[in-house]
Formats: sequence, C-alpha cells, structure tokens
Amino acid sequence: MAQSLAKEFTKGLWAELPPFRLVLGLCPVLAVTKTVENGLGMGIATTFVLVFSNLLVSMLRNVIPTKVRIACYIVIIATFVTIVEFLAQAFAYPLFLALGIFIPLIVVNCIVLGRAEAFASKNTPVMAIADGLGIGIGFTLSLGAIGLVREFLGAGTITIWGGTPVFDMTSVFANFQPFGFMIEAPGAFVALGLMLAVMNLIPSK
Amino acid sequence: MEYFELAIGCIFINNILLAQFLGNCPFLGTSKKMETAVGMSMAVVFVMVMAGIFTWTVDTYLLKGLGVEYLRTVSFILVIASLVQFVEMFLKKSIPGLYAGLGIFLPLITTNCAVMGACLLNISKEYSFMQALAASFFYAIGFGLALILFAGVRERINLARVPKALQDTSIGLVTAGMIALTFTAFKGMV
Repeated sequence: MAQSLAKEFTKGLWAELPPFRLVLGLCPVLAVTKTVENGLGMGIATTFVLVFSNLLVSMLRNVIPTKVRIACYIVIIATFVTIVEFLAQAFAYPLFLALGIFIPLIVVNCIVLGRAEAFASKNTPVMAIADGLGIGIGFTLSLGAIGLVREFLGAGTITIWGGTPVFDMTSVFANFQPFGFMIEAPGAFVALGLMLAVMNLIPSK
Repeated sequence: MEYFELAIGCIFINNILLAQFLGNCPFLGTSKKMETAVGMSMAVVFVMVMAGIFTWTVDTYLLKGLGVEYLRTVSFILVIASLVQFVEMFLKKSIPGLYAGLGIFLPLITTNCAVMGACLLNISKEYSFMQALAASFFYAIGFGLALILFAGVRERINLARVPKALQDTSIGLVTAGMIALTFTAFKGMV
C-alpha cells in the first residue's frame, strides 16, 4: 500500500511530468510563464484544484452514473476553480491580476479532467490525492522551470515571490541587455519546444 | 470601421492561438494533417459563435441580473458543454454531411480553452451584444487561419530530416513560435 502510494506520487514528478511527458494543458504553460512567480502561482492554483477534484471524484466514483460522468466531473472541477479564484483574489491579488482569465480557464485544463477520468474515477480517495499531488507538484515545478528560463533570458531577472526580483543581471553586468524575444509570445513556443527537446534527450526510465 | 478594427485586432494582432495562447492542445493535436485542421477550424467557428451569443446573454441577463457573477465559471462551462452536446445531436439528425465532416472534433471542443477563453474575453472587455458576436466570429477565424497555416508548414516538416530529440511536438512548438513571430508584425496596425 505505502509502496504503491509512493509510486503514484512520484510518477507525476518524472515519468508522467505533465507538460513535458504528457503534452497536455499547454495554454497556461505558454501564457503565464513570463516570470517564475506567475508560473509557480498558476501551478499552485492548479494543484489545489487537481487534489480536491481528484478527492471528490474518487469519493463519488460509485455514485456518479457512467453516462453523465464527464458533466459531473466538470461541475466538480468548476466548483473548486471558483474557490481558487476567490482565494487568489483575497490573498494574492497581484497574482490574481497577472494570471487574469487563466484562473477560470483551469476548468478546461486537460490535465485536471484527464486525471479525474483516467485515475480518480477508478481508485480510492487516498490514492487519488497522492496522484493529484504528484501531478500537481510536477506541473508547478515545470511551470517554474519554464518561467526561470524565459525570465532569466528575456528580462535578466529571477522573481520567486512578491514582485521583487531576488536576482538581477544588471547588478552583475551593468551593461546587460536582455534577450527580450523570450518573454514575448513567440518566445514562449520556442522556449517550450527547446526544453522539450532537452527532455527528450533524457530517457524517461 | 469599428468592426473592421475589431476584425484586424481579433484575427491578427490578438490572435487567439498565437498571442493569447488559448486552445493550444487542439492546435498541436489536430495540425498533423490538413484535413483534420480544416475540420477542427470549421467546428470551432461554429461553436465559438454560438457560445459567444449564449454566454453573453446568460452573463448579461441572468448572472448580472441576479447579482451572482461569481457563478460565471461554472455557468459558462455548463453552457458550452450542453451547447456542444445539442449541436452534435442537431447536426447528426439534420445535416449528416456536416456531422460526418466535423465528427470527432465536436466533443473535443468542450475542453478547448479557446472557446471558453473567447467568451471570458468578451465579458472582460465589456462588449455589446453585436461586438461580442463579431469578436467571437473573428477570434474563430483567427484560430482557423493559424491552425491551417500551421498544418501546412507541419506537412512540409514531415518530409524534412529533423534531429531525433526535436521530433514531433518539439519541432512543432518551435515552428509555432516562428509563425507567432510573423503575426507580431501586425502589432500597431490598429
């Protein structure tokens, strides 16, 4: 039991790492990773939705009729997304503004619905939480990593939390000119594509 | 003139795929063949316009009327999901030819964030009914344009020798970046 629990948790961190191994849920990955801070914030919001929707779907898996299951999952997910929206508005207002419509759009993130359908609907609540937490943390770290690459190259700074950069290239090299392309829209596609290529070089097992 | 500016803005400058990053899963998923790209684009035009009309009406008269805007996320996704279901049943019954063409793309649209994203953008920009209708249509045209262009490029890439690590999605994303770069040339037109 404990062993399989650990397995379900760790698979999200490497073997099934969401945006890289399972190429799903790319919209927030591309849109909110201008800074590390936004990437991590989006990841945490998604993790919250993932864990609680997995838990509820798993608890109700014997009650929900098979024919209308997708509609039921969507309502469950939408409920938790609304809760996240309120929490972000109350406790992290700048982040709420920066993420904009991408918070309500967690509803249509394929990863969340995918986990509900492929895992939570067939497993016990404890396993479903482990799965949601693993995938969620993997997603958060991936968003953070993409944000790190884009922000560092595109703006020369690293912002983890609170809007003030913890590192600034101009303090090291006074004449530093950032590669602005990386924080523009096209840079998002190129950065993700190249990072995917690097991941492909490393075998998954 | 106002609608012309809206058209240029929605199709080129704020292209829903390449500048707003909405609907990227079907963008990568259905762009391997020209046929599927055309089918998906048609389905999106159809559903996005319908969804734009319905969500605007629901938001203005129901949610704002009752003062329950916080139910926006839940109600929009339900409107879109049931709309897709109805469209599917309607087409199957009355226009079988179109149904066969759109086929598997219709159910996929429920989780296409471009549709929901366009509806949310209409609301957040406080468009009037006609503006929301036009914007939904132009966003959908922009989606189709980007998807079909991308599918064309991707069919060519299949013939090229791509390094092993870059194959498939990876080179697809880099290509999408290049197409997005050409679209940024429209910035500042309106």
